Amino acid sequence: MRHILKRREILPDDWYHFGEDAPVDGALIVPLAELRKDPERWRNWSGKLGVRLSVDASYDDLTDALARLSLVAVEFPNAGDGRGYSLGRQLRDAAGFRGELRAVGAGVRQDQVFLMSRCGFDSLELAPGEDLEAARRALHRYDVAYQPGSAATSPVVTIRMQRYFSANTS
Amino acid sequence: MYQYDELDQSFIEQRVAEFRDQTRRHLAGELSEEEFRPLRLRNGLYLQRHAPMLRIAIPYGLLSSRQLTKLADITRHYDRGYGHFTTRQNLQLNWPQLADVPDILADLATVQMHAIQTSGNCIRNVTADHLAGINPEEVDDPRPYCEIIRQWATLHPEFTYLPRKFKIAVTGVKEDRAASQVHDIGLHLQRAANGELGFTVLVGGGLGRAPMIGHVIREFLPVPELLAYLEAILRVYNRHGRRDNIHKARIKVLVKSLGPARFREQVEDEWRAGRDHAPRLLPQQIERVRGCFRPQPYESLVDIDALAGRESAFLAWHRYNTRAHRVPGYRAVFVSLKAHGEVPGDMTAHQMESLATLAERVSFGLIRVTHAQNLLLADVRQSDLYEVWRKLAELGLAMPNIGTLTDMIACPGLDFCSLANAGTLGLARQIQTRFDDLDYLYDLGEIEIKISGCMNGCGHHHVGHIGILGVEKRGEEWYQLTLGGSANGFTALGEVIGPSLPRDEVAGAIERIVETYRAERLESERFIDTLRRVGLKPFRERAYATHPEAA
Ligand code: SF4
Repeated sequence: MRHILKRREILPDDWYHFGEDAPVDGALIVPLAELRKDPERWRNWSGKLGVRLSVDASYDDLTDALARLSLVAVEFPNAGDGRGYSLGRQLRDAAGFRGELRAVGAGVRQDQVFLMSRCGFDSLELAPGEDLEAARRALHRYDVAYQPGSAATSPVVTIRMQRYFSANTS
Repeated sequence: MYQYDELDQSFIEQRVAEFRDQTRRHLAGELSEEEFRPLRLRNGLYLQRHAPMLRIAIPYGLLSSRQLTKLADITRHYDRGYGHFTTRQNLQLNWPQLADVPDILADLATVQMHAIQTSGNCIRNVTADHLAGINPEEVDDPRPYCEIIRQWATLHPEFTYLPRKFKIAVTGVKEDRAASQVHDIGLHLQRAANGELGFTVLVGGGLGRAPMIGHVIREFLPVPELLAYLEAILRVYNRHGRRDNIHKARIKVLVKSLGPARFREQVEDEWRAGRDHAPRLLPQQIERVRGCFRPQPYESLVDIDALAGRESAFLAWHRYNTRAHRVPGYRAVFVSLKAHGEVPGDMTAHQMESLATLAERVSFGLIRVTHAQNLLLADVRQSDLYEVWRKLAELGLAMPNIGTLTDMIACPGLDFCSLANAGTLGLARQIQTRFDDLDYLYDLGEIEIKISGCMNGCGHHHVGHIGILGVEKRGEEWYQLTLGGSANGFTALGEVIGPSLPRDEVAGAIERIVETYRAERLESERFIDTLRRVGLKPFRERAYATHPEAA
């Protein structure tokens, strides 16, 4: 069984990719093109449904479907292609997606997962051959960050402002 | 200057630990060179012609004496006892060992320094006017905003893997010493009629291939919106910038292909869409950083006549290498890294240490790096000038040539850079030798020569009054000349004046060009003004006069 990093822990993956042998009520991730080809079939899918976006997709492509989706997977084709980070942010912020946001593809490596998690990806399916335990540790590498973000790392601005206000009210 | 709190400190220490681990994995064969490359680049480490090159960030060009002393130590311990200051206010080490780099970064971290994002396709070191804070006409000091941008850009999770490198410059004066119009983003501090502070935002400037001057996409952006707006620009670029062709990947190509108006629309849409989530600058946040850049504790002095009874060498130095200061009794002093016969921008460990000590004594322990590869002691008492001159002269740092033809900018070129077509340092030396007569230099006045070893234009040749670009022809080093470029206040790109020349004919052509100026100039007219008035034609004709068959 495949394992992934989910909310900073190594867990068995309860999702299937399209083309894998999914049970009829299984949680299934379907490519966007497939979803569009046969919307009827997927609307009636009895299990949980997710979509897989290529990195050049736009979040507008999903507006209608988003409510039905429990997971959105964004493909990172290689470590240098950073479009997925912005797409993740847009899905979380502009589109308001609250379900599982997953990074998939050859670009999901231990040296990138920290950035992905800060862009809203709470589920990381590492590239084949990557060391899951090392990637899990990499998520804990920094305990502060300079930007607001969606993971457990504290933004320095927040800490400084808390101090500022406690210093000025006491 | 900005002082790290323990959050900044623990962040850079964690960054060093991360890179130590990445280097270890690379040396153990777990990370191939291809996989390691983007990671080392984001820590300033290139693999160059002879050895690795490490580019150390000097945020907006500001150094403390303690930092400069540490840099001297580092060049001695890990390198060959010298460093090279670049046009983007950074310091390069030319001979470090790959395995030592984590230790170098750890040493830098002890003095609040790093090499984060000094290379790679990410947001680079933010630059500012080197006279920031002492400038009489300044709208506001740009450095607090640079520091705020530095922190925001550091390991920005969304923008660490951009299509291409990304440079931001901030200026607080009209006379734009930060070359902000040829940056990916240029920010000009403005004060609105109601007194509110903000920025004019320019996007899409850049040198290198297809040089371009930035377009204004917003006349006035209120300060609190700064980071939100930068995020909107970067997001549009990160989503839509080209990734299929490295030569078309800069934001200037995107701005050009969409057109500035449509680009602006997309940015404004993105800005609005992200509004609830984008970082907004709080007044306390700005105040905290501004507090680090308060004016120095100046003594109350009056201006004095520092020149009376002094020798002519001091008078020349005073005239060329010092500048007015907004506080009475003080002057700003340039430390020339352009001694004739030396590599422009190079500085030895001994010079660094001695200058650090001197700055401690006479300039509040602060040193600035300029865009023209010199250093600056910003706050020197006029009564100390003579002593400072003597000390700088003893160190070989008092060449009285700031702003003259031999105060030229040169990238490292073929001697160090693996992308170079031609040498730049030898050529710079040749030109210095040809123009070694100071009286002649002074007669020529203000002339900027800028030399790049290839199309990437790190030596900013496009914006030199005289630009020199190394090109390769049949396996030999040739040079193309451009005239009329400028980066100060009125930004203009130079024009190629004719076929390229072999190396030993360049200095001669430059001599004929400046002779043309001497013949054509009106009284006290600067080189660039004569050029603008009479046009390129006479210069072009004379430059090639003895060389009709140049290929
Ligand atoms: S201009 Fe070319 S030769 Fe010079 S440093 Fe840049 S890349 Fe190297």
